[in-house]
Amino acid sequence: MAYVLPRSYPLREITALIRHSGFFFFVLMNKIVRKRQLSDAVFRMEIEAPLIAEERKPGQFIILQVEHDFGERIPLTIADADLQAGTISLIFQTVGATTKKLAALNEGDFIADLVGPLGLPTHLEKVGTVVCVGGGIGVAPLHPIVQGLKEAGNKVIVIMGARNKDLVILEDEMRALADEIILCSDDGSVGRKALVTEPLKELCESAEKPDLVVAVGPPIMMKFCALTTKPYEVHTIVSLNTIMVDGTGMCGGCRVTVGGETKFVCVDGPEFDGHLVDFDNMMKRLASYKDIEHKASHTCKTEELLKRGGKS
Amino acid sequence: MSHTPLVQLEAAAKAQLEQILAKGPLKPKDRTAIPQQEMPSQDALDRRGNMHQVALGYTPEQARVEAMRCLQCKNAPCIAGCPVNIDIPRFIARIAEGDYRGGIDVIKETSVLPAVCGRVCPQETQCQAVCTVGKVLKDVDLSVSIGRLERFVADWEREQGASELPEILASTGKKVAVIGSGPASITVAADVRRAGHEVTVFEAFHKPGGVLLYGIPEFRLPKQIVQQEIDTLRAMGVEIRTNFVVGRTRKIHDLMQKDGYDAVFIGTGAGLPRFMNMEGENLVGVFSANEYLTRSNLMRAYDLDRADTPIYSSRKVAVLGGGNVAMDAARTALRLGAEEVHLVYRRSRTEMPARVEEVQHAEEEGVMFHFLTNPVQILGDEDARVASMECLRYELGEPDASGRRRPIPIEGSNFKMDVDTVIVAIGNNSNPLIGQTTPGLELNKRGNIVVDESGKTSLEGVYAGGDIVLGAATVILAMGEGRKAAAAMNEYLSR
Ligand SMILES: Cc1cc2nc3c(=O)[nH]c(=O)nc-3n(C[C@H](O)[C@H](O)[C@H](O)COP(=O)(O)OP(=O)(O)OC[C@H]3O[C@@H](n4cnc5c(N)ncnc54)[C@H](O)[C@@H]3O)c2cc1C
Ligand SMILES: Cc1cc2nc3c(=O)[nH]c(=O)nc-3n(C[C@H](O)[C@H](O)[C@H](O)COP(=O)(O)OP(=O)(O)OC[C@H]3O[C@@H](n4cnc5c(N)ncnc54)[C@H](O)[C@@H]3O)c2cc1C
Ligand code: SF4
Ligand code: SF4
Ligand code: FES
Repeated sequence: MAYVLPRSYPLREITALIRHSGFFFFVLMNKIVRKRQLSDAVFRMEIEAPLIAEERKPGQFIILQVEHDFGERIPLTIADADLQAGTISLIFQTVGATTKKLAALNEGDFIADLVGPLGLPTHLEKVGTVVCVGGGIGVAPLHPIVQGLKEAGNKVIVIMGARNKDLVILEDEMRALADEIILCSDDGSVGRKALVTEPLKELCESAEKPDLVVAVGPPIMMKFCALTTKPYEVHTIVSLNTIMVDGTGMCGGCRVTVGGETKFVCVDGPEFDGHLVDFDNMMKRLASYKDIEHKASHTCKTEELLKRGGKS
Repeated sequence: MSHTPLVQLEAAAKAQLEQILAKGPLKPKDRTAIPQQEMPSQDALDRRGNMHQVALGYTPEQARVEAMRCLQCKNAPCIAGCPVNIDIPRFIARIAEGDYRGGIDVIKETSVLPAVCGRVCPQETQCQAVCTVGKVLKDVDLSVSIGRLERFVADWEREQGASELPEILASTGKKVAVIGSGPASITVAADVRRAGHEVTVFEAFHKPGGVLLYGIPEFRLPKQIVQQEIDTLRAMGVEIRTNFVVGRTRKIHDLMQKDGYDAVFIGTGAGLPRFMNMEGENLVGVFSANEYLTRSNLMRAYDLDRADTPIYSSRKVAVLGGGNVAMDAARTALRLGAEEVHLVYRRSRTEMPARVEEVQHAEEEGVMFHFLTNPVQILGDEDARVASMECLRYELGEPDASGRRRPIPIEGSNFKMDVDTVIVAIGNNSNPLIGQTTPGLELNKRGNIVVDESGKTSLEGVYAGGDIVLGAATVILAMGEGRKAAAAMNEYLSR
């Protein structure tokens, strides 16, 4: 059983505590300093993690666990970091057991285990015009990438897709960063009534053909974004969200086929050349535990939402 | 093998012990005539349904009788057979006298993890391989059961509750970072801490213990034993920081330059699963043994009611490989409810690197062995889930570089195996993360860290040992390397 102790707890006393009872465990805990709800199923949390805040780069993620002994390890992208405050921001959608348990925590609570930053950082350089496509919750991982691409001196056009008006996240943050924003929704309740691939195709055909496309979102969206840009030969980077366990290259659970070769998303990625990724295999692998997880998370409503959000 | 219950073995040993003690001094002939004590174990049918320890450990009478089989050889070949040169005859003599405290004290002069090594050492290829009793009886399996005796006294001490903390010298003010928390690192942390240095262990996972925790299953090595070793480190004042990936959370150079660590030990193990690069290996239902075992052991997926981490539910499982990892995966799959578990191995039974006891246990539990067989491809259904595996039969040819006869495929012998899960257990390479993030650290072409005979790497103050240096090896070798490196580090820090 994990023992909840704040970071400032004097180490000497902890050691003494352990000497008394062989079972207690000292774990550095990560305090939630701020929590906000961005939409029906999307939350943003700022968490104390000074070392990660210092080291992290755009494109990297953490793995966390809400409960020490029986919890599941889930990966979440570092959406932002505040070096001064020593905090990182996570933005997540409640889709299953762990994300729901996480959403139930409040400011002042601690996250049992949190490790990072993991994965390779985004390769950021000045290439000219970059189109960044974010679908649903994918807008969150896209945020630090847009930040980095701007800092590198690129012109950045952001295409944001959501199922409807209420599910749009980070619009203000993106507007503050990007040179141009194209908002799309499935039902037309906000922005254009279109799938993100529509404006993407137009941009590829326009005079200002992008030099690079970055697409982050549900696998099905990334697959179609890659298919859209392929005929125009626009280099397209996607950020893959496979199932993970350790996140350090030890288990191979996160493996995907890229250009006919097996790659580990947690150490070789999470970003890959979208034109080379075998999305169909990846999507099937993501569904490995579908039957079991349905049992674990009794309400399947949000999951359905995510799946349909996948078409945005 | 028929199963003899614990009570029966205990009663028999009691009678034998009385007889032997009544008889007076034993001649070598009398000693070799004493029957080897069978390890009490859970019945094979019962244990298939639980995660509890299979081998239950000798009773005190069994231990004493077994200890009396030792001839106390003058040249003691067994000592040289042990990678850390435990004074085997001396500890066994103590057990024969009933002095268990004396026995464990002898072992602890050289080994820090006797409860672990007594359980998982491949004794039949190390200390017991050269035992004189085995030679006299012309059967290595009849050697003195050194490992079981080692386990007995280690367990005895733990059960007494009062395992004493080693003496720790006055603080030197020097700081040492130990990366990883497997057997190599545990050994270094203890030995360096004893010399009065401040030690921090950095572990990537949320729980310390390395392969002892996430790889080797509970039914072979109870996690409570690993936990106790970690608790001892903590009680000695070693700080253990979990959820810390060196190379990502912090790089080695920063640990030394920014955080003031005077020396570093790298014990990150061999954690990069090898696959076979065959068609169908990325289908749903194909796992590395690392993933499968980590889900079950570390994430406790076997506890279906409590664990959030899922594990694949399988009916028919194929495990590829013939080492300890393959045995552990196969036996875990059985315990998780698979109806059939097939172990597919390229060579023949005698070449299997797994411990003999594990192979026996796996067989008793119903794992089906397919020797001289190798998969060609894995076939999937329309949902990309494993549907079957195509295999090829092999025959043995000339010996290869390793001295083992090379398996040669038999043309046209292809056949299909009906399975829904495939677990790949053909070995691990070293994890490249530390190498990639530590400029100046010399690696060999297989990605292992290059060290000199004292465990020193190409970087000043940085040492390494265990699987990251040896390639996937054994617990006792990792521990031995740790010992050596710790001595060199203590010497380096005293300069
Ligand atoms: C590198 C990376 C970065 C990610 N960043 C974010 C992020 O910033 N915000 C966010 O909301 N989500 C992110 N995800 C996805 C997030 O990890 C999953 O939503 C989460 O693991 C689901 O856990 P759960 O227990 O709540 O749901 P579960 O009950 O485990 O699963 C619900 C559904 O999610 C899918 N799923 C299960 N495990 C994973 C997994 N490890 N990764 C992806 N999908 C999974 C399943 O197919 C299932 O349909 C990221 C994933 C990766 C690999
Ligand atoms: C399933 C299985 C069964 C086995 N059975 C036996 C057996 O019966 N007998 C036997 O003798 N041997 C056995 N072995 C082999 C034995 O376990 C290993 O040889 C031994 O554990 C190696 O010890 P180590 O200290 O080098 O590293 P490990 O035990 O591998 O520990 C390395 C630790 O370092 C951590 N780590 C890695 N990278 C980083 C990083 N960058 N930062 C922080 N931490 C990091 C890892 O998470 C891990 O906890 C088995 C191995 C496996 C996988
Ligand atoms: S540590 Fe291993 S090799 Fe050495 S005596 Fe014990 S069982 Fe034998
Ligand atoms: S070789 Fe065998 S019989 Fe001889 S001392 Fe060692 S354990 Fe005893
Ligand atoms: S998550 Fe285990 S190797 Fe990537």
